[in-house]
Amino acid sequence: MSQELYYKTIGELGRLLESGEISSVELTQAVIDRTKAVDDRVGAFNSFDEADALSQAAASDARRKEGSALGPLDGIPVGIKDVLAVKDQPLTCSSKILEKFVSPYDATCIEKLKGSGAILWGRLNMDEFAMGSSTENSAMGETSNPWDLERIPGGSSGGSAAAVAAGEAIVTLGSDTGGSIRQPASHCGVVGLKPTYGRVSRYGLAAFASSLDQVGPMGRSVEDVAILLQAISGHDERDSTSYKAVVPDYLAEIERLRDKKWTLGLPKEYFEGAADAASMGAVKEAIDFYRELGCEIKEVSLPHTEYAVATYYIIATAEASSNLARYDGIRYTHRAEKFDAKDSIDIYRQSRAEGFGEEVKRRVILGTYVLSSGYYDAYYLKAQKTRALIRQDFENAFSEVDALLTPTSPTPAFKKGAHTDDPLSMYLSDIYTISANLAGVPGMSVPCGYSDDMPIGLQILGKPFKEEEVLAIGSAFESARDFKNHHPKL
Amino acid sequence: MSETPHIDIDKVADLARIALSEEEKAKFSSQLDSILGYIDKLNELDTEDVKPMAHPHSVENVWREDAAEPEMPVEEALKNAPAKRQNMVIVPKVVE
Amino acid sequence: MEYEAVIGLEVHVQIKTESKIFSKSRAGFGYEPNTLVDPVVMGLPGSLPVMNKAALDGIIKAGIALNCAIPDYCKWDRKNYFYPDSPNNYQITQYDQPICDGGFVEIEMEGETRAVMGDHRKVELTRIHLENDVGKLNHFAEDSLVDYNRAFTPLMEIVSEPDMHSGAEAFAFLTAIRQIMVYCGISDCDMEKGQMRADANISVRPVGQKELGEKVELKNLNSITGVKNGIDYEIKRQTRELKNGNRIIQSTRRWDADLGVTELMRDKEDAHDYRYFPDPDLLPVRIDDEWRDRIRAEIPELPFEKQRRFMEDYDLPYTITSVLVPDRELSDYFEAAAKEAPKQAQAIGNYVTNDLLRELAEEGQTLADCKIGAGHLVSLVNAVEKGTITKQIAKDVFLEMFKSGETADEVIERKGLKPDFDDDQVKAWCQEAIDENPRPVEDFKSGNDKALNALLGQVMKKSRGKANPPLVNKILRELLS
Repeated sequence: MSQELYYKTIGELGRLLESGEISSVELTQAVIDRTKAVDDRVGAFNSFDEADALSQAAASDARRKEGSALGPLDGIPVGIKDVLAVKDQPLTCSSKILEKFVSPYDATCIEKLKGSGAILWGRLNMDEFAMGSSTENSAMGETSNPWDLERIPGGSSGGSAAAVAAGEAIVTLGSDTGGSIRQPASHCGVVGLKPTYGRVSRYGLAAFASSLDQVGPMGRSVEDVAILLQAISGHDERDSTSYKAVVPDYLAEIERLRDKKWTLGLPKEYFEGAADAASMGAVKEAIDFYRELGCEIKEVSLPHTEYAVATYYIIATAEASSNLARYDGIRYTHRAEKFDAKDSIDIYRQSRAEGFGEEVKRRVILGTYVLSSGYYDAYYLKAQKTRALIRQDFENAFSEVDALLTPTSPTPAFKKGAHTDDPLSMYLSDIYTISANLAGVPGMSVPCGYSDDMPIGLQILGKPFKEEEVLAIGSAFESARDFKNHHPKL
Repeated sequence: MSETPHIDIDKVADLARIALSEEEKAKFSSQLDSILGYIDKLNELDTEDVKPMAHPHSVENVWREDAAEPEMPVEEALKNAPAKRQNMVIVPKVVE
Repeated sequence: MEYEAVIGLEVHVQIKTESKIFSKSRAGFGYEPNTLVDPVVMGLPGSLPVMNKAALDGIIKAGIALNCAIPDYCKWDRKNYFYPDSPNNYQITQYDQPICDGGFVEIEMEGETRAVMGDHRKVELTRIHLENDVGKLNHFAEDSLVDYNRAFTPLMEIVSEPDMHSGAEAFAFLTAIRQIMVYCGISDCDMEKGQMRADANISVRPVGQKELGEKVELKNLNSITGVKNGIDYEIKRQTRELKNGNRIIQSTRRWDADLGVTELMRDKEDAHDYRYFPDPDLLPVRIDDEWRDRIRAEIPELPFEKQRRFMEDYDLPYTITSVLVPDRELSDYFEAAAKEAPKQAQAIGNYVTNDLLRELAEEGQTLADCKIGAGHLVSLVNAVEKGTITKQIAKDVFLEMFKSGETADEVIERKGLKPDFDDDQVKAWCQEAIDENPRPVEDFKSGNDKALNALLGQVMKKSRGKANPPLVNKILRELLS
């Protein structure tokens, strides 16, 4: 049993912990052992602290003995993307500029997780400052797709997805700005959800693009993702953009909505051409499933889809260029040793040149350019207007349907290095996920098939603050398939 | 903007405070020009009467009452500082 | 050719709040370095700003007091530039939709003498907006040290129109702003503590020319007097340059108060591209009439309004109002007494601005410590008015009241200061004085009016100082006519 502990769901593990068949220490040890066994090949982790994890686990066991277990996540190892602040742990964002940074405070979602009794496990690899779709832009090393070690796991939450797929954590937290939870989930055959913008606090999430970023859960099942989402959701007065909406009981809602016959929309622009045949095939099979279930399937249109990538790359890089200005060699980052002491600006230039990777430099420069004098109207303002049109598209679609079904990614995970010389082609691969961030709506990817043994994901996009509907729709499909029990051969 | 947009890489890299090698300048310059060329497609859209979307939700007046919280201890605040003295961060002499 | 100067000021005023503007860290001055900090103040990864309502209330109050329009809507923008004192390398400010629009400040120039009130005029304002303050750089021989305690203190930026023409006007402008801020409890505007800072934009042009000359920005003006002196110097410098046929280059200069000169800091070439864009972490502010009215109701009578009222209702001279008005507590203290005895307001004003302030200063006390209240002052001036004691004796009575807190009547009773004689006795003494002092009598009768004082002095001596001088004066004149 122990060798498969790391592949069980939260629900299953909860029952074993409650009955005393296993302890959190045993469970955590199993996860640690699994990590040590596979991570030199997968490379999901930037760092981890065994002793710390085991001591958290011991505390969980002690609570349980006293009868004061904190809930379904108590004693469950949760991997953390290296972009969230955890007090006294490294916060590198997979960047050289924060190589040695240790956070003096906890993010709000981390505080909530600690309050749920979860075991915070390790720091997971990512594209540097969440800028990328493959985790190839990490300064901390490579992460490989557990299904095929020659391929990328997706990005930017590549470590978070790979760890779940490989059993190196039961569930993980990632972040999603343009698809960075959903796309790696799709590539690694796991479930990943991006909440509605404002559902989860961004306080303590190292910012990439403030109006697009969200923290979200990843796991092997929809139920696991729902449990983790429950723990981290809610209004936070430390984040002015977090929304004062009631957080429903997600598991109860999934149950309540179990037999609902949904009206599901297929945005025609998403089904015209970009996805390869295998991806489209798997998604169409999923659509057939819903049709057979009795759901109404309608074609809808999101007419401004073709402008989404351009809009995103203006807004995201503009906000990022400002958000990353604080990484300057002055207060807490890497500082260059050699700089022109007579030129007080040079310390910035050299520290950032040494500390930032290529993709980060590229995006910061692009973002600086689009905001610079004379260009604001043509780029940033224009993009904000286009964004309004894209959101309007979703509002119109949602007046006709409950949710949208689309492929998560145009192709399964590509081979490492395939897009390195062509950033634009990499950007275009975000085409299905990016609009959800621009519109602020929730989205989830669930596994729905394979192509050449590589996972393919189905994306479900829902109405703002209706994560329970997205979860219920995904759960219906998941129950009829067995993807959550498929694991890569490692 | 009907001409191919071209980025003045020296000027922008300076604004962004990132020193670039000649090689990087050349590479970025051409990559960014091509990205800008792609972004240019937004000009196909007539957005004259569209109100820009500044925030995903139209909420206003988000604030808190004026109450101070206990501060972060200075050791914690400066624990990642590259160089410090007398509990302050050392920076190169700033030429005013 | 005659030249004139055109001056605009940018004044930064720290709003007095418990906590900082976008951070919950305490706001304050003089604390150990880097102790008023939190993740927001240090610009740590993942930190987010949250607006402090009190800062909004403070700036709306300032705007209304300075006659600005308060629009229905305003928002926050990021001003992007790199500097070691800026934790995020961007400042959160208001670019194109500030919270206060227009406005004006009534200023009072210096009069010909200290006893004379100078001219009043209005200086137009462009706008006032809210932003976060930055840390402080301390310069050493080889390097600089940064203290972030000041970072994120709420800061108002008051921008004037180029509507002033001399260092003296700038001085009056800053004085007026400080007085209003102190009156409204918004800020103490202590320039030594960085609570108020000013930069000036100065240009010079030939009189009669409509276009403004090239402007020079002047920084490092560290006191209100420094502002005046720096501006006056720069005006002279620019005028001299123009007269010599040289052009003025748009640039930034700093005032060196020790050397008494301005020095070039940088040319315009280094102008910043701030890349303003709306801050995605903060939501806009919508202001309604209810909010505006609530704040307006909190604004007290402002200094110049009070000055005008004191002069009209109490007939107070400028020598007294110029001391009372800048101090709101002192004014209230004065008025509590003056209301009870309005006809004696001048006398009360005299006691407050001369005797009281002198005694408080000598004892190192504040008004709050003072044992004398409105009732005491009223009892004193009434005793003089009734003729119970002379003005001279009243000064001693005042000192006793100040020390012990007794009322005037209690002191007079205790020290037996009431005259124990009647008018007939006074008349008798007057006659004695006349009889005993023939020379002054002769001088007076031959036209020397002042000679009466000698006789008066004699009567005062006989009465041990208690006789009422105006009465004695009257009786002497009657007897001698």
